[in-house]
Amino acid sequence: MKNKLIKQISIFAENKPGRLEEITGQLKSADINIRAFTIAEAGDFGVLRMVVDKPDKAHKVLHDAGFTVSETDVLGVEMSDSPGGLHKIATVLGANNINVDYAYAFATATENAQLIIRVDVINNAIKALDRAGVVLIGIEDLK
Amino acid sequence: MPEYWDPLIERMPVEELKKVQEDKLKQLVRYVYDHSPFYKKRFDEAGVSPDDIQSLTDVKKLPFTVKQDLRDTYPTGMFCVPQSLVVRYHASSGTTGKPIVVGYTENDVKEWSTSLARGLTSIGVGREDVVQVGYGYGLFTGGLGLHYGTEMVGASAIPTSSGNTERQIELMQDLGSTAIACTPSYFLHINEVTRKMGVSIANDTKLKCGIFGAEPWSEEMRQRIEEQTGIKAYDIFGTSEISGPLFTECTYQNGIHIWADQFLIEVIDPKTGEPLPDGEMGELVVTTLVKEALPLIRYRIGDLTVIKSEPCKCGRTHPRIMRILGRTDDMIIVRGINVFPGQVEAVLMGIPEVAEHYQLIVEREGELDRLTVQVEVTENVFSDKISDLMKLEKKVGKALQTVLNITGKVELVEPGTILRSMGKAQRVIDKRNI
Repeated sequence: MKNKLIKQISIFAENKPGRLEEITGQLKSADINIRAFTIAEAGDFGVLRMVVDKPDKAHKVLHDAGFTVSETDVLGVEMSDSPGGLHKIATVLGANNINVDYAYAFATATENAQLIIRVDVINNAIKALDRAGVVLIGIEDLK
Repeated sequence: MPEYWDPLIERMPVEELKKVQEDKLKQLVRYVYDHSPFYKKRFDEAGVSPDDIQSLTDVKKLPFTVKQDLRDTYPTGMFCVPQSLVVRYHASSGTTGKPIVVGYTENDVKEWSTSLARGLTSIGVGREDVVQVGYGYGLFTGGLGLHYGTEMVGASAIPTSSGNTERQIELMQDLGSTAIACTPSYFLHINEVTRKMGVSIANDTKLKCGIFGAEPWSEEMRQRIEEQTGIKAYDIFGTSEISGPLFTECTYQNGIHIWADQFLIEVIDPKTGEPLPDGEMGELVVTTLVKEALPLIRYRIGDLTVIKSEPCKCGRTHPRIMRILGRTDDMIIVRGINVFPGQVEAVLMGIPEVAEHYQLIVEREGELDRLTVQVEVTENVFSDKISDLMKLEKKVGKALQTVLNITGKVELVEPGTILRSMGKAQRVIDKRNI
């Protein structure tokens, strides 16, 4: 079950010009590739969330650069890139009473799209999605 | 290690001490009247002559002096001695107006050092100690003041002055500093830098106490500093006009001992100027009883405090003043409510999630004042969930509202955003043009 968890890197950033540039510059210098990325804004500040190929290194680099960084376990879910793809996943989670804290998705060149979700009870979510035959992307798949 | 620097004076029965003050006050009034045209004119205008001062309570017949007097008579118009007797000058930076010049005779420097020697002894600093003096050396009185006091007790002074923090930490380790004197905000910065260098003040240094002052700081901040670094944090008080840093707490940390054989203190109602009884909060007024070069009569320092007259548990009989949360001129008025930065600090430091660095920004939008309180988000509280961060903003805002009755916008900022100070921290940025 462990290898189904993806370590997401979250960064607290003030909502002002140049912050994203600084963060991505640090990652670039450390040769870290961003696989999925989103910014959630809340007024004066925002939280940047990302899935990267080398999460431990990314955490260290950003922390050492003075950023407030945390790591969160999220799930990477493969879904069909066609009408109803997300609905299928949402149905499984809803039926099992699992709440989604936040999610972000991206399409790929294949017929599948990928969804990153943070849920309240992560082990229950893994079991429920497994039972429903949904493919979970592990950290290995993102390297 | 001696428990008292001068046990006879420090433990003198209160009645005797009052007699000493009375004699010195009478001499002082005669001295300034005869030696300073400024005071002669001031006394004549107030219709008071040195002969009118026969007891301690007569002090209230004397006119106050204020900072503006020192500015108006810049540079040395209030001095009672000629330059030939002055062994040192200090001066304020003059950022908020004309600078102020203070002068010292040889005996003034000795009395100043003696005051600190008593204080340092009262917190257990003596011959076996190494004191890192991280207050600025130069025109500012902090560095040299502590330096002379440290030498007087026979401890080893390291005159690091402020700044060059990594070097400070190296010296702290290499020379085994057991005490440090600096502003509390600079010590917080030193602590931050030690962590980055992989050094722990508690485990990797011999530091046992800090002598912190030159800016208001709260009891809550003391607890933070003591918990994080394992040292004892002592408050020190003074201001350049009356010499510089002069008075400290003792190990009981229950008020700052004011040496009554050197200074006479009163607390007055800042509005009416009327003396207030012991235990009531008011504006501190100081008369220097033994200064020769620039004696001050009933000088309104502007700090708000409470006097405690009963002898301290440590055995010292001299009066104490309680922690100073602000000066009348630090007070900001936000939408008609008086706010001291120290009170805000006490509220903020009472919230475990809030880190030690903070800043208050006051702006005016149209006719309304707007207060913004900036606090830094550290990794200890950052959970990735925005709702948690918003909860923190609300919690801080609510605490300010409940305790101080002020409405402020709370702004979470990245660590390191708030300017680190090597000297006095600038906690308030007032952008209003009033």
